[in-house]
Amino acid sequence: MSAPLIEVRDVGRVFNVRSGLLGQPKRIVAVDGVSLRLLPGEVLGVVGESGCGKSTLAKIILGLLEPSEGEVLIDGRKLSGIDRRERAQLIQPVFQDPFSSLNPRRRVRDIVALPLVAQGGASTAEVRSRVDGMLERVGLDPAMGERLPAQLSGGQRQRVAIARALVMRPRIVVCDEPTSALDVSVQAQILNLLAELRREFGLSYLFISHNLAVVEHVASEVAVMYLGRIVERNDAESLFRDPRHPYTKALLASVLTPEPGLGIPETGLGETMPDPANVPPGCRFHPRCPQAVERCGREAPETQLGARGLVECHLVAAA
Amino acid sequence: MSALLEVEELDISFGALSAVRGASLEVRRGETHCLVGESGCGKSVTALAVMGLLPRNSVRQARRLAFDGKDILSLDEKGLSRLRGDRMAMIFQEPMTSLNPAYTVGSQMAEVLVRHRGASKRAALDRAAELLARVRITSPGMRLGQYPHQLSGGLRQRVMIAMALMCDPELLIADEPTTALDVTVQAQILRLLADLQKDLGLAILLITHDLGVVARTAHRVSVMYAGEVVESSPVDRLFNRPMHPYTRGLLSCVPVPGKVRRDQPLGSIPGMVPHVTQGFEGCAFRQRCALARPDCSGPIGRRRPEADRVYLCQIAPEEMTVS
Ligand SMILES: Nc1ncnc2c1ncn2[C@@H]1O[C@H](COP(=O)(O)OP(=O)(O)OP(=O)(O)O)[C@@H](O)[C@H]1O
Ligand SMILES: Nc1ncnc2c1ncn2[C@@H]1O[C@H](COP(=O)(O)OP(=O)(O)OP(=O)(O)O)[C@@H](O)[C@H]1O
Ligand code: SF4
Ligand SMILES: [Mg+2]
Ligand SMILES: [Mg+2]
Repeated sequence: MSAPLIEVRDVGRVFNVRSGLLGQPKRIVAVDGVSLRLLPGEVLGVVGESGCGKSTLAKIILGLLEPSEGEVLIDGRKLSGIDRRERAQLIQPVFQDPFSSLNPRRRVRDIVALPLVAQGGASTAEVRSRVDGMLERVGLDPAMGERLPAQLSGGQRQRVAIARALVMRPRIVVCDEPTSALDVSVQAQILNLLAELRREFGLSYLFISHNLAVVEHVASEVAVMYLGRIVERNDAESLFRDPRHPYTKALLASVLTPEPGLGIPETGLGETMPDPANVPPGCRFHPRCPQAVERCGREAPETQLGARGLVECHLVAAA
Repeated sequence: MSALLEVEELDISFGALSAVRGASLEVRRGETHCLVGESGCGKSVTALAVMGLLPRNSVRQARRLAFDGKDILSLDEKGLSRLRGDRMAMIFQEPMTSLNPAYTVGSQMAEVLVRHRGASKRAALDRAAELLARVRITSPGMRLGQYPHQLSGGLRQRVMIAMALMCDPELLIADEPTTALDVTVQAQILRLLADLQKDLGLAILLITHDLGVVARTAHRVSVMYAGEVVESSPVDRLFNRPMHPYTRGLLSCVPVPGKVRRDQPLGSIPGMVPHVTQGFEGCAFRQRCALARPDCSGPIGRRRPEADRVYLCQIAPEEMTVS
């Protein structure tokens, strides 16, 4: 088996926030004891509800945020030991909101060129031709390079973000909700583009989304996060065919596929919402879990590792 | 029996921009009518036009706009505000636009009943607590005393629904009521709306861009594109046999588990929505349409493949076989 491109080992991240002048300091557990691997050529999907820690995990993997514990290895080396330039050649991000992630005062051409220019070494002509080539490859007329981000549609801006990420020819792209701000017709264009580019450049993706249908379409491997932890992980086919964790089941059951006549599913989840400032004892899902037993409120379930998958639930026997 | 809400040939413009063009739709009692379309196609302004809440820089025209058989086009602000929140109520996409952060949930909910029905504060609060329980909020008494920012997104949306129900409306307009919510909470809220509809015989106009939400909640669907209702149909036939090329394109873009294999491209619609200004002629979809032909830039036919279906396109139903 080839060595993982990303290896996350027991990573945790806590934020200490104080609300108001006299407010009690709060300890927010955004990511808690997460381990995962991305193998070459794979697309690892990370799903979970708002606030479960997906973006925090992505930022840690990109080296944009320090973990409070644990470590990240990229291509077998400690992330902290890889300098910025080299890191830029290995791993690049594409974020949800292309508007806030693109500098509004710079022309598209300069935005895409920035990672190249920061590396140094390339001549102006070389930079120009690589930028033009990349713009064309993501479906933008190089003439658009003269525009400002505000003069582009949402889908075009996301193409710019993708061009900027790929101009360095990285091996890994971390996509954090790359299509969540887009209309479905534009989403389809961007997902198709990402799939083509992956094949063409031999890329591996860490693909974060709260849209399960999208993840099912793109991912080869899926990790389900709940309140900072990965509660289930498996190859995509098994996970969607046979979800084992009660949370994964509820999440999949909630997806409204465009099939009329099926009605609205009953999720069985209560009204309590997960709060990372107040992680429940025992299994962190137990206050909402339709299958919870007494033990679930007392004891945290062990991490059961199977042939490929992982699951954390008292009621699921290891496979 | 005529529909509870009738909209016929509605036009809305903002200066030169034609935001809505000749849109017609009807919502019947006990029925959910979904208005679906991509960003900017005119869904929200259509709803605002019905509620009489369009911004001042807009111009509204219609052949007919009627509620329960009575014309509401000619109603003045006073007459409209008597209807609003009373017989017809609206839930806005962003709850914070209609929840005032400075007041507690209880006082905002009670105010509706005091204003429309002259109820006492006490009676209004009792009614508020009853409705919070009805939208399955536990400990309603405690929630009444809280401020909107102290609630999660899902709870806020439930409060919005409860508030809209204060005066027992007959028509509920919900503009993207679950778009900002997680899927599990979305399922809970939509189920709640369906239950309320069954119990109260509500007519619901549900605005969404999510075809999954449409498939699972609608009885009838109107598809909007660039300000026009390009297709209107009962829900099952819209999904099983979409007629308009835009509807077909839109449906092919949605990843459906089990339908499109991984590593197979999704369907997609090339290009972008055009900017439609006054005097625009022809089909607004023609630059993106695989079936377009020269007469698509002229006046477009209104076709009725079945008695209860309409679509706007040059191509007749029997020619509409290429997919
Ligand atoms: N810089 C920060 N300071 C304090 N708290 C933070 C910070 N960044 C994230 N958090 C908190 O950590 C938790 C996880 O946030 P994160 O953004 O990783 O979630 P997410 O899964 O990406 O959610 P979403 O789907 O809404 O994007 C949240 O409770 C969030 O409020
Ligand atoms: N106050 C306004 N002034 C000028 N133009 C406006 C105003 N409100 C809406 N518009 C324009 O009218 C058109 C229709 O807008 P509308 O808000 O109805 O779209 P929508 O279908 O609800 O989109 P979304 O899915 O993004 O909510 C858009 O082109 C929009 O830019
Ligand atoms: S009218 Fe013409 S351009 Fe418009 S959808 Fe029909 S075939 Fe396509
Ligand atoms: Mg996020
Ligand atoms: Mg809208």
